[in-house]
Amino acid sequence: MTKQIRQLDRVVIRFAGDSGDGMQLTGDRFTSETAQLGNDISTLPNFPAEIRAPAGTLPGVSSFQVHFADYDILTPGDAPNVLVAMNPAALKANLADLPRGADIIVNTDEFTKRNLTKVGYQTSPLDDDSLAGYVVHPVALTSMTVGALAAYQVSKKDAERSKNMFALGLLSWMYSRPYESTLRFLERKFAARPELVAANVAAFKAGWNFGETTEDFAVRYEVKPAKMHPGTYRNITGNAALSLGLVAAGVRSGLPVFLGAYPITPASDILHELSKHKRFGVLTMQAEDEIAAVGAALGASYGGSLGVTTTSGPGVALKSETISLAVALELPLVIVDVQRAGPSTGMPTKTEQADLNMALYGRHGEAPVAVIAPKSPSDCFFAALEAARIALTYRTPVILLSDNYVANGSEPWLLPDVESLPDLRVEFATRPNGDDGTTFLPYLRDPETLARPWAIPGTAGLEHRIGGLEKADKTGDISYDPANHDFMVRTRAARIETIPVPDIEVEDPDGDARVLVLGWGSTYGPIGAACRGLRQRGLSIAQAHLRHLAPMPANLGEVLRSYDKVVIPEMNLGQLAHVIRARYLVDAISYNQVRGLPFTAAELETTLEEVLKNV
Amino acid sequence: MSEPVALKLTAKDFKSDQEVRWCPGCGDYAILAAIQQFMPELNIPRERTVFVSGIGCSSRFPYYMNTYGMHSIHGRAPAIATGLSVSRPDLSVWVVTGDGDALSIGGNHLIHALRRNVNLKILLFNNRIYGLTKGQYSPTSEVGKITKSTPAGSADAPFNPISLALGAEASFVGRTIDSDRKHLQSVLRAAAEHQGSAFVEIYQNCNIFNDGAFDQLKDPTTRDDYLIRLEHGQPITFGADGRFCVVHPPGGFGLEVRETSSVRPEEIVVHDATVTDPAYAFALSRLPGLDLRNTPIGVFRSVDRPSYDSVVQSQLAAAKAEVTETPEQQLAGLLGSGDTWTIL
Repeated sequence: MTKQIRQLDRVVIRFAGDSGDGMQLTGDRFTSETAQLGNDISTLPNFPAEIRAPAGTLPGVSSFQVHFADYDILTPGDAPNVLVAMNPAALKANLADLPRGADIIVNTDEFTKRNLTKVGYQTSPLDDDSLAGYVVHPVALTSMTVGALAAYQVSKKDAERSKNMFALGLLSWMYSRPYESTLRFLERKFAARPELVAANVAAFKAGWNFGETTEDFAVRYEVKPAKMHPGTYRNITGNAALSLGLVAAGVRSGLPVFLGAYPITPASDILHELSKHKRFGVLTMQAEDEIAAVGAALGASYGGSLGVTTTSGPGVALKSETISLAVALELPLVIVDVQRAGPSTGMPTKTEQADLNMALYGRHGEAPVAVIAPKSPSDCFFAALEAARIALTYRTPVILLSDNYVANGSEPWLLPDVESLPDLRVEFATRPNGDDGTTFLPYLRDPETLARPWAIPGTAGLEHRIGGLEKADKTGDISYDPANHDFMVRTRAARIETIPVPDIEVEDPDGDARVLVLGWGSTYGPIGAACRGLRQRGLSIAQAHLRHLAPMPANLGEVLRSYDKVVIPEMNLGQLAHVIRARYLVDAISYNQVRGLPFTAAELETTLEEVLKNV
Repeated sequence: MSEPVALKLTAKDFKSDQEVRWCPGCGDYAILAAIQQFMPELNIPRERTVFVSGIGCSSRFPYYMNTYGMHSIHGRAPAIATGLSVSRPDLSVWVVTGDGDALSIGGNHLIHALRRNVNLKILLFNNRIYGLTKGQYSPTSEVGKITKSTPAGSADAPFNPISLALGAEASFVGRTIDSDRKHLQSVLRAAAEHQGSAFVEIYQNCNIFNDGAFDQLKDPTTRDDYLIRLEHGQPITFGADGRFCVVHPPGGFGLEVRETSSVRPEEIVVHDATVTDPAYAFALSRLPGLDLRNTPIGVFRSVDRPSYDSVVQSQLAAAKAEVTETPEQQLAGLLGSGDTWTIL
């Protein structure tokens, strides 16, 4: 049977199932196939903190959304066009996000009375007319998978577990994806168990063939490759990009990277990734707690490494005292905060931007640090390099504010040429710097960077003591002198405030916008998509995005004041807006959501349109 | 490796230009002098020696040593020193801490440094009181201690630092006393020679807030009957003419003190710091009573176990040994690994 092929410019698919159904893996594979085809992609995993919540329940639902298009896209998509629901819980948990007319592929085998009751369905939604507004494709995924694997040497349990590959095969057929990379992946993943390679490949092919032969799927879709800059790409998550950025910082600085970390969601993947790169001289230490993790990193920095610690909000709180010590010691230190919903344990697998205040102000005493935030998954690579550059050049702690959305989301990344990456080489102090030619002054500053010399242990003639007690200017001796303390406090503030950072750029293609949307961090995609939507409808709006939150770009005040209105959307209760109001006396409009989820472009578009109407 | 060159350093070389600011009569002076006198013996260049401390009176120590040094924050010295030591195996890293710093606020870091067997020499100055904050009871103060914060007497039982270190899998555990320079240096010597964590408790007198805490161990009229001087390979006897001894009573779990005249010579325990089972050293650590009678000093335990530093460094070395490319080439390879696609 020849199927009709329809061209689409963009599709959003959400794979949803029980935490044990392998939905993250399925989504990952579909994404990889889609990347191979050359579409632009953006992905959003969404999973519970529980490793295996009770099977078939709403809290146990795990999902993976992938948005792909034949043009460049900025977000994982607001609403799925297609939902793959592996059980009733997955259907129920995700249905509200679907627009009418969306396709729903359901695994009918799981729609048993018991499973329906578990999530509160009195009758099966497949049998009543509650799904009348959607295009429902009932597929006996489990039993067809088991049937397809009858001839294979695998247990019934393993056969059932392969149903995600059946689903992947079906979706890959439906959207005409190249699947060679998935077959290669299965060979790698199950290398030790060839029978599972065969079974998973068979399940995948059964799903593909089912699509080809069944009459239920009359249409097959194509999404043509996007026009992208020439070059080599890979799909990458924020945590992976950040890890590679730290490895690159080690290579470009010539320093060993030392990571001290304590496991915490959603930052642990950085520890996992960096622990694989010992051949680059990257040393990772899983510390006994968050405080030890940053302490060890600081100790390594003192010894001449690039000290890094990675964590999430609760961990930064614990590290606060040590970060203050690093401020006093004036040593390089990179602190990565992959933000999650707080306070306290909050929602560890959900995203938020509510650690900005803590990053800027969350220390005792006047303890300024540099703060930067990546705007997208691939930007985490460059943000890590920039954090390292500031830390090494200005001998200061730098807080890098990632969040769960960019950390676990993914997008295609145009691989940079290694030689084009910034040169981060530093010079350690090697000889006395006092006027007498024999004295070493550990707090004599470079007049340009205000950085003090980095004299690492092992350097003869520069033996010196540093510590958390206030130090006299230049000599670094303990000092309780009032004027000296005042001077040192102001100097530490100036050290950060005078770090040169690039001017903020404004995107205003129409050139006549009167409203500026200012964002920071991971809201870049949704804000950008909302602005595009408005512009496509003939409305003018300007967008600017802050990468450097401390210090802020020198031109920011001027930019803010040149618009009638400034809107600041944040996944917190207005933390950046407070700073902007205080620093620049600009009456910014704060737009906030703290739901653990990224903004959708649609809701931002609506909000911004309201503002535009009232200018 | 070539023969090490004798550096001909003296105690003076280890004195910094900073004025020492402990209270007159503090036991810390004696420890500082003993260590400054001892350091040249190690023949380690001053620039390769680092003292890291936390917070408290004892933690001012690094300022007075003309080596590299860091006076860090309360309780965290072992963590900071761990990062330094594991990333710089060429350094000799010493941690100076106190009973509050190491056992109260920093207890977690201490036990994990010992468990990991980081190549640190950890000197715990135990004066059984908080001195810098002016006289509160510490986690080594005796029960019922009356201090500013415990006017009715402290209610909680103290740590036995030696027992704690042994419980934390320490590979080297010793104890010495501030006033006995020769003994102090002998324990430091053994600690310095040890590969891995060496934990040394130093009884130190705080003459302002807890004066005389260890007097029975120092007073010439009592000390011989109170102190058990552990010497590897020697039967454990003490007191005038060795009138007391340590035995392992059959059927008992630990060690006990007996009159030497009441036991057969072969029943006297011969000290062996290299016994693998920490139960032996633990039993030694339980001998003292509340009145400090039967206090062993010396090396309780010294066993070989790979240090964290050496294991981590050998993993790094093994990974690097396979590398044939420049770091930039390696990086380009890493960035381009996994599923990639090219757009022309």
